[in-house]
Amino acid sequence: MSKQVLVIEDEQNIIEAISFILARDGWDVKTHSNGHDAVDVVRVRNPDLIILDVMLPGKSGFDILSELRQDAQMAHTPVLMLTARGQKKDREMAERAGANKFMTKPFSNAEVLETVRAMMPS
Amino acid sequence: MATLNILIVVCVLYVAFLFAVAFGADRAARQGRGAWLRSPVIYTLSLSIYCTAWTFYGAVGFAARSGLEYLTIYLGPTLVMIGWWWTLRKMVRVGRSQRITSIADLISSRYGKSNLLAVCVTLIAVIGTTPYIALQLQSVTLSFEAFAQADPSQVNAPNPQSTALWVAFGLALFTILFGTRNLDANERHHGVVMAIALEAVVKLFALLAVGVFVVWGLAGGIEQTFARIDASNIARWDVPGSRWVGLTLLSAAAFICLPRMFQVMVVENEDEGHLRTASWAFPVYLMMISLFVVPIAVLGLDLLPQGSNPDLFVLTLPLHEGQDGLAILSFLGGFSSATSMVIVASIALSTMVSNHIVMPIWLWSTGGTAIMSGDVRHVALLARRLSIAGILFLGYLYYQISGGGTALAAIGLVSFAGVAQFLPALMGGLFWRGGNRVGAVSGLGVGFFLWLYCLFLPSFGPNVLLPQSVMDLGLFGVSWLRPEAMFGAEGLNRVVHAVMWSLSFNTMAYVLVSMISFPEPLERLQGAQFVNVFQHSATAGSWSGSMARSEDLLIMSQRILGAKEAQAFFAQAASEQGLVGYLPEPTPDFLLQLERELSGSVGVATAHAMISQIVGGAAVSVEDLLAVANEAAQIMEYSSKLEAKTEEQTRTARQLREANEKLTQLSQQKDEFLSQISHELRTPMTSIRAFSEILRDADELDADKQTHYASIIHDETIRLTRLLNDLLDLSVLENGQVELSRQEGQLIDLLDRAESAAGDVGHNITIQRSREVEEITVYSDLDRLVQVFINLISNARKYCDAESPVLSIKAADQDDKITLDFHDNGSGIAVDQQAVAFEKFSRIGQTGADGAGLGLAICREVMLRLGGSISYLPGQNGAAFRLVLPKAET
Repeated sequence: MSKQVLVIEDEQNIIEAISFILARDGWDVKTHSNGHDAVDVVRVRNPDLIILDVMLPGKSGFDILSELRQDAQMAHTPVLMLTARGQKKDREMAERAGANKFMTKPFSNAEVLETVRAMMPS
Repeated sequence: MATLNILIVVCVLYVAFLFAVAFGADRAARQGRGAWLRSPVIYTLSLSIYCTAWTFYGAVGFAARSGLEYLTIYLGPTLVMIGWWWTLRKMVRVGRSQRITSIADLISSRYGKSNLLAVCVTLIAVIGTTPYIALQLQSVTLSFEAFAQADPSQVNAPNPQSTALWVAFGLALFTILFGTRNLDANERHHGVVMAIALEAVVKLFALLAVGVFVVWGLAGGIEQTFARIDASNIARWDVPGSRWVGLTLLSAAAFICLPRMFQVMVVENEDEGHLRTASWAFPVYLMMISLFVVPIAVLGLDLLPQGSNPDLFVLTLPLHEGQDGLAILSFLGGFSSATSMVIVASIALSTMVSNHIVMPIWLWSTGGTAIMSGDVRHVALLARRLSIAGILFLGYLYYQISGGGTALAAIGLVSFAGVAQFLPALMGGLFWRGGNRVGAVSGLGVGFFLWLYCLFLPSFGPNVLLPQSVMDLGLFGVSWLRPEAMFGAEGLNRVVHAVMWSLSFNTMAYVLVSMISFPEPLERLQGAQFVNVFQHSATAGSWSGSMARSEDLLIMSQRILGAKEAQAFFAQAASEQGLVGYLPEPTPDFLLQLERELSGSVGVATAHAMISQIVGGAAVSVEDLLAVANEAAQIMEYSSKLEAKTEEQTRTARQLREANEKLTQLSQQKDEFLSQISHELRTPMTSIRAFSEILRDADELDADKQTHYASIIHDETIRLTRLLNDLLDLSVLENGQVELSRQEGQLIDLLDRAESAAGDVGHNITIQRSREVEEITVYSDLDRLVQVFINLISNARKYCDAESPVLSIKAADQDDKITLDFHDNGSGIAVDQQAVAFEKFSRIGQTGADGAGLGLAICREVMLRLGGSISYLPGQNGAAFRLVLPKAET
C-alpha cells in the first residue's frame, strides 16, 4: 500500500499540478482546500506526509501546523510547507511552528518530488 | 518734705511700671490671650488722652483766669460723644473697612488716595501738634520746678531747659520702645493702649484726690466750698456767648480731628460696639475730671501767695499744705496726662510722616527695587523711630522758642484750631459725595494759612516770628490783613477770630472748588465707599472668636500652599506660641508671617487682602482690589503663556508621534504590500511553472490533458497581466496622477456597458435594474465610472453565494447627488472584514476567487477622484455597496 500525501492548498491549479506529479510517482494523494477544518481532515486521514500552504482561507498554515504538533498522533508527521510570500520571516515562522521543510513558490516539479521522497518516513 | 530726688525715683518707678504693663499687654495680645484688653472700658479710658496735662493743670488755670469758660473744652467732646455718636461710628466703620492708619490716610483715601493731600494733612498735623507737645513738656518741667522750689534741701534748682530736654528724650525712648516694636498692618498697639488706660485712671484718681482734699480738707465741706466760690471772682466772670460757642465748636472739632484722638478712637478701635459704651462713659469721665476744677482754682487763689501760677494749683496746693504724698500723686497724675498724650500723638504723627512722606520718598529714590528686597520693614520702622524723635524735638524746639511762658490753655487752643482745619474735608468726605480732592486741598490750604497767620505765628509772641509791625498794621501795611483783626473784624478773642476766619474760608473753598472741579474715577468710587459705608460693609466685628479665624486661615492657606506645607507652617507657629496642634493664635506677628508666606504664592496685595478679609472682617479696599486684579492678570497672563507653550509642545509631540506612527505604518504597509504582491505573483507563476514542466517532461499525456494544462497556463498568464494592470492602475490613482476626462453621459448607458463587459466571469447572476430611474445625466469620467460598475458586478458574480444569485442595482436622483446601490442576496461580507473591504489585497477569504483583492481598492480610489464615494452598507442581507456621485454640472 502506497504512502499517503495530504495536500492542503487553496489554489485549484496548484492542487492539480502537485497531485499530478505525486500521483505519477506512485503516492496516494489526497487534497483539501481550506484552513477551517484542515486539522480534522488530517486527524481523519492520518496521512504519512502533509504538504501545507501558508495562506489558506479560514486558518493559516502556521496555526494548523502548531495544532498538529500538539496532537500526539500527528506530532511527528512530516510537513512540507509551501508559501508564495517568500520572505525570511515566513521561513522562521514555519520552523518555529514545526515544519520539517519549507519551500517557496514557484518550485520545480522535480524539487517537490525529491523533497517528498526524502521526507517520507520509510 | 518731698525731695526732688524722691520725686525722680517715684517717676522712674512709675515709668518702669508702665513699661511692665505695656509689655505684658503686648505679650498677651500677641498670644491671643488679651480678651480683657479689648473691653469697652479700656477703649473709653484710652480716649481720655484728650485730657492732657493741659486739662490736669491747665483747666484750673483756665478757670482761675476765665471762670467757667474752661468747661467749653469738655463740652465740645461731650456733645460730639452724645450727639454725634453716629458720625464717630461712621468714621470708625470707614477706618476699619478701609484699613485706615491715620487721619492723613483717611482723608487721602477718601479723595482718591491722593498723596499730596496726605502730605498736606501730615504737615498740618505735625505743625498743629507741635505746640501741644511743647505744652506737655512745659507742664512736666513746671511741675518739677514747683517741687524744686518747695524743696529747701535743693540749693541749685534744676535748669528748666535741661529738664524739658530730658523729659523729651525719655518720652521719645518710651514711645519708640512701645510704639514701633513691630509693624502691624492695622497699626494697633495693645501695650500702649493699656498703659494709657492705666494713666487715665491715675490722672483721674489724682485729680479727684486733690479735689476731695481741697473740698473737705481745706474748705471744710461742700457748703463752705460753695460759699468760697460765690465769694471769688470766678462767679463774677462774664462769659461772652460768642466765645462759648466758638470754643465749644473748636473743642468738638479738635476732638474729632486731633491725630492722637483719631489714633485711639479709630485706629486702635477693636470693636465698633465699644463706641456705644464710650458715648456715655467718656462724658462721665470728663465730668468727673472737671468736677473739682473750680474749687481747686478758688482755694488756690485764696490760699496761695499772690502771683502763684494758677496752672500749677493742683500741685502747689498740696505742697503748700504739706501734703507731700498727695503732691506726689498729683505730680504723677500730671505726668501721666503729659506722657500719654505725647506717646499717642507721636505714634500717630510718626505713622503719618513715615507712611506719607518718608516711605514714598525712599521708595521713589530706590526706584521700586526696595519692595522686592524685603527691607521695607526695616526702613519703615527706622522712619517711624526717627519721626518720633523728630516730632519730640520739634516740640522741644517750640517750647524753647516760645520761652515756655505762655499759659497752657492758650497753647492748647492754638493746636486745636490748627487740627480743626481737617474738619471740612473730613466731614465732607464722610457725608458729601460731591467733595473732591481739589476742593479738599484748597480748603485745607486756605484754612491752614489763615490759621498760621492769625494764630500760630502770633502765638510765639511779638517779634519772634512775626514782626510787631505786621501785628499792628497788617501785612504790607494793609490794615484788614492784621493777623488778629482780619477783614476789619476787631474786638474778638484771637482764638475765636482765627477759628472763625480759617474754618469759614476753609469750608467755602472746599465746597466751591469741589463744585467746580471734577473728581477722578477712584475718587468717585472712594467717595461712594465712604459716604455709603454702612451699605458697603458688614458690621466690623470684634477680634473675638479667634480660634475660628485660625481655622479659616488654615483652610485658606491649605488651598494656596498645599495641605502639607500649610499644616506644617501652622503647627510650627502654634508650637512657637507654646500651643499644641495646628491652630496658633492669630497674633499680629503670626499674621505677618502668614502673609509673607502666602505672598510668595499669590502676591503681596492678594495675600494681604485675603488675610484681612478673614481676620479683620474688613472689606477689601479699592486699592487692594486693583492690586489683586493686577496680580491676577499677571499670573493669568503668565499661566496662559505657559499653557500655550505646553499646548504647543503637546501638539508638536503629537504630530511627531503621528508622523512616526505613519512612517512605521507605511513601512509595515510596504512590507505587507510586497508580501502580498509576492504572493499574488508567485501563485499563478507556480501553476504556470508546474504545468509547463509537466507538458515539457511528460510524453504520455493525452490530448485532452494537454489542452487543459495549456489553458491553465494561459488563464494564469492573463491573471498575472490583469494583476499587474490593476497594480499600476491603483498606483496611478493613489498618486493622484490619473487624468480624468469628464464628459456627459446617461447613467443607463453606462450600466448597460458595465453589465455586458462584466461578462460571465464566475457564477451566473441575475441582475435586476429599474431602468426607468436610470435616465440620469452624469458628468464624469465615464470609462472610470464603468470600471467601478464592472468591478462591483464581477464581485457579485464571484462572491455571491446564494443559490440563485441576484444583484439589484438601484439608482436614485437626489438634489445634488446621484446614489447607486449594488445589493446582492448572498451572505455578504463578514462584520470583521467590512472595515478592511476597501483595502488592497483584502480578498475576503474566498476560495478559488481569482481576484487579487484590488478591485474594491480601485473602486474607492476612482470614486474619490470623481468627487464621490463608495461605502459598504452593513446589515442589508447580502453585500450592499452604495456609490455616491456628484450631480452633473450644468
